[in-house]
Amino acid sequence: MNAVATAPTASATTTSDATLSCRDLHKSFGQTPALRGADFSVDQGEIVAIMGPSGSGKSTLLHCLAGILMPDAGEVLFAGRRVDQMSEARRSELRRREFGFVFQFGQLVPELSAEENIALPLLLAGRRRPEAFAAARRWFAPLGLDGLEGRRSGELSGGESQRVALARGLVAEPQVLFADEPTGSLDSLTGEQVMDLLVDGARRQRTTVIIVTHEPRVAAYADREVIVRDGRVADPVAGVAGLPEPALSGAPR
Amino acid sequence: MSVSYALLGLLEHEPSHGYELKRQYDEYFGRDKPLPYGQVYSTLSRLARDGRVLAEGTAPGEGPDRKLFAITEEGEAALATWLARPEAPEPHLQTVLAMKVILALLLERPASAYLDAQRHAHLERMRALTAIRREAPLVDALLADHAIFHLEADLRWIELTSARLGQLAKELNR
Repeated sequence: MNAVATAPTASATTTSDATLSCRDLHKSFGQTPALRGADFSVDQGEIVAIMGPSGSGKSTLLHCLAGILMPDAGEVLFAGRRVDQMSEARRSELRRREFGFVFQFGQLVPELSAEENIALPLLLAGRRRPEAFAAARRWFAPLGLDGLEGRRSGELSGGESQRVALARGLVAEPQVLFADEPTGSLDSLTGEQVMDLLVDGARRQRTTVIIVTHEPRVAAYADREVIVRDGRVADPVAGVAGLPEPALSGAPR
Repeated sequence: MSVSYALLGLLEHEPSHGYELKRQYDEYFGRDKPLPYGQVYSTLSRLARDGRVLAEGTAPGEGPDRKLFAITEEGEAALATWLARPEAPEPHLQTVLAMKVILALLLERPASAYLDAQRHAHLERMRALTAIRREAPLVDALLADHAIFHLEADLRWIELTSARLGQLAKELNR
């Protein structure tokens, strides 16, 4: 594998857009299969919710798509590149430069201030400190975090931490944001604020978002949902395709 | 309305008499609200008139209890369409959704696909309400929130039921 060229080379056969997809993914942990032939695709700028019962494989799917886990078999394609065939170093590069992450419990670096946490992805991507911090500071006002720049994660509320984590996920203007239960530890109101900000931020940057959630109210922020069941991805409408739409009396559109 | 589909479903499972249909209906769907006899026979005669069921074994002078009812192809098609078509996401759906799941399991039809479609219909409505909530004045947002929480209750039921289909099928076919 070529360790030098990190930029994608758009050829006639590869698409230059940032479509992310996987085909026939398999992944087991020991004897336990988590993915058993999962197919999934998301277009650039689309927001998709991955739902499914716990243990269905939805987090494993997210981790394989994000290049965190390597599948046992199958393909993961991002912008025409085979993520599943990349070296660890290349995948790590991809995660730093083109992907953003938000997890359930913020997972801020406790030794760093809120500002430093947000600047972190930019610093890791090799941006200069003044530039990285200027970009980080721009997130405080829109997220309602003004004045909290110097706080460490232990000095922030759950909602504040999660908003800092969200800013950290979006600050490098990633092509894809991966969010695993992004409101999992928050109350309804705070969770809604985080989702409002997430969706607004992603739409503004045309960032693709993949949200793993078991919360219908979070899934309702997405453009569409897919269901993971027994390690496979079910299309919610394919199972009963060709049948009449429900009569949405009184529903908007 | 859903009573006629419930009876069709029971008849697809096996041909039956009016009395037995009432007993099964009450067991599966009428725990809070048993089906009155009169409604069993009026529903069956309407279904017969529409060609969805056939009545057999009607010797002159025999009461309606002696009739054996069976589903027709037309009845099966009507039932299949009703089962697969998601209900419009409105309040108080629990009875009809539970009925569909029980019938689907009883008839070995794809209950999980039906629930996926229903979840999708609910989420579509929730998406529309979420958009309203985010853009509308507070008064409308409050109403949208209320509707969203009600949809959420249904969706939680759909999730739980989806996860328990295997167990429910075992219980039904015991």
